[in-house]
Amino acid sequence: MAKVIFKRPDSLTDKQFHYCPGCTHGIIHRLVAEVIDEMGLQDDTVGVCPVGCSVFAYDYFNVDMFQASHGRAPAVATGIKRCLPERTVFTYQGDGDLASIGTAEIVHAAARSEKITTIFVNNAVYGMTGGQMAPTTLPGQKTTTSPRGREKELNGLPVRVSEMLATLDGAVYVARVSVHDPKHIVQAKKAIRKAFEIQKAGLGFALVEVLSTCPTNWGLSPKESIKWLAENMIPYYPLGVFKEPAEVK
Amino acid sequence: MSKVLMKGNEAIGEGAIRAGCRHFFGYPITPQSELPHYLAKRMPEVGGVFLQAESETSSINMVYGAAGAGFRTMTSSSSPGLSLMQEGISYLVGAELPCVVVNVMRGGPGLGNIAPAQGDYFQAVKGGGHGDYKLVVLAPASVQEIIDMMQVAFDLADQYRTPVMLVGDGILGQMMEPVELADEVTLPEVPAKPWAASGLKGRKKPNIVNSLYIVPEDCEELNQRLFAKYDVIAAQETRWEEYRLEDAEIVLTGFGTAARIAKSVVDKARSEGIKAGLIRPITLWPFPSEVYAKAAAHANKFLCVEMSMGQMVEDVRLAVNGKKPVHFYGRSGGMVPLAKDVLAEVKKLMAGGE
Repeated sequence: MAKVIFKRPDSLTDKQFHYCPGCTHGIIHRLVAEVIDEMGLQDDTVGVCPVGCSVFAYDYFNVDMFQASHGRAPAVATGIKRCLPERTVFTYQGDGDLASIGTAEIVHAAARSEKITTIFVNNAVYGMTGGQMAPTTLPGQKTTTSPRGREKELNGLPVRVSEMLATLDGAVYVARVSVHDPKHIVQAKKAIRKAFEIQKAGLGFALVEVLSTCPTNWGLSPKESIKWLAENMIPYYPLGVFKEPAEVK
Repeated sequence: MSKVLMKGNEAIGEGAIRAGCRHFFGYPITPQSELPHYLAKRMPEVGGVFLQAESETSSINMVYGAAGAGFRTMTSSSSPGLSLMQEGISYLVGAELPCVVVNVMRGGPGLGNIAPAQGDYFQAVKGGGHGDYKLVVLAPASVQEIIDMMQVAFDLADQYRTPVMLVGDGILGQMMEPVELADEVTLPEVPAKPWAASGLKGRKKPNIVNSLYIVPEDCEELNQRLFAKYDVIAAQETRWEEYRLEDAEIVLTGFGTAARIAKSVVDKARSEGIKAGLIRPITLWPFPSEVYAKAAAHANKFLCVEMSMGQMVEDVRLAVNGKKPVHFYGRSGGMVPLAKDVLAEVKKLMAGGE
């Protein structure tokens, strides 16, 4: 008898991802789905996907889903959770969506300590629209709208979302993780699980920032992208837990 | 039944509660403030949620979440706030979500002022946000009508899976009138919402609340489906009031507060021997075009009275379709037409013999 030792999580559909080769969205989707499966939450989870590369996430997560307008996922999730406090509600947002157009929504969802979980995927660039500069684009990083590299005088310096949100009393769990190698993927999953456990315990707002790659718009191969993330993003965006409630430590 | 004295803004809130709405999201703005004040107190009493959002942009997206989860929900604001909500309203239409949006209109453009106005007619009935769509737009003219119409608003929203807008102005919102209220409230039956994304709970196929149709053929099909629905709404839900219209030689028309002023002018004109009548659209969309077309058969002229530089008058002209002259009298920027000035306009037009 063959024994299944690896399978698609129930909380993912069998729809083929549209993501580019070497993009780590697929890994992050899988981690979220594994956590939902392992916690037995597939039946009562509602997800909210953003505008950006993960706009089609509603086709991939095998749970009830919303597609929100650009940046507004935390407000949509607030509406859902205030109607259905017993359900598990998560948002899945990129850096253009969350850190630029949606800054007001994420800050105030955190300030109100909405009992939702946010997965924030930071790859330092707008992907879907063609590789434009994001609030998280690194100093000197070339994009289609910073062709000479991001200049401090013109564009200011990047936003460190996790550190900023961690200053709010309402943000009870904030962590930054990466998925550039197996060791970090394991750590990322632990953080994502904790962010869902905090919601189930009714403790408040939880966010996991996941550093991610964009080979297409970085102009690098998948392998080079992994290296670039480790060597450039992690020094600017240090990994770690910025806030953690005593109950789940 | 008991008779109570109520402000228009409070009536919107009480009407919503009696219609079974238990989730309100909003951002402070004058002149609708009494509504959130009222609901901040009342919602917890009935086990509901009143939540103050960080902006109108967020309020309308909270409504999107609550409506998509299958709940009767609403937001309210005044003109500048409605401008901020237009993106969200377009998404609500695209995802075919039922909800009620209230606009207690004030003077504009820009920051304008907090005085009563009707300058958001175009925004309400011609789309407002991006894309091809219509909203059902209700325009009450008294506090009693507000309270009765909130029930209609939620029912139409659920029946047709569409956002419904209720428009008032600073006067309707602020003024107090006696209203008849049923002593015992039986919550209305809300239709089942098998499309709601509220967790699988044993269902096999996930529900998705979405307005993204990446394939143009699919997006065109959405538009065609919406407009087929609008045809049904236009055929079945058009509402208006006629007053002394049968033998009218001059037909006054307007909505909301302007219609009340026009109605008083009709009586004054009649007492001076002028055969005046009134058409008051209660639904601004669907617009009661046929009533105007019918009246054009016997009336000599029309006079549209608005608290704007002339917006609804365009729909009146389309409805009359050149058969008779359609004149306009309006005040804007928060100014309200005086009955004596409207009457003078009526006399001038009648003397002109057009």
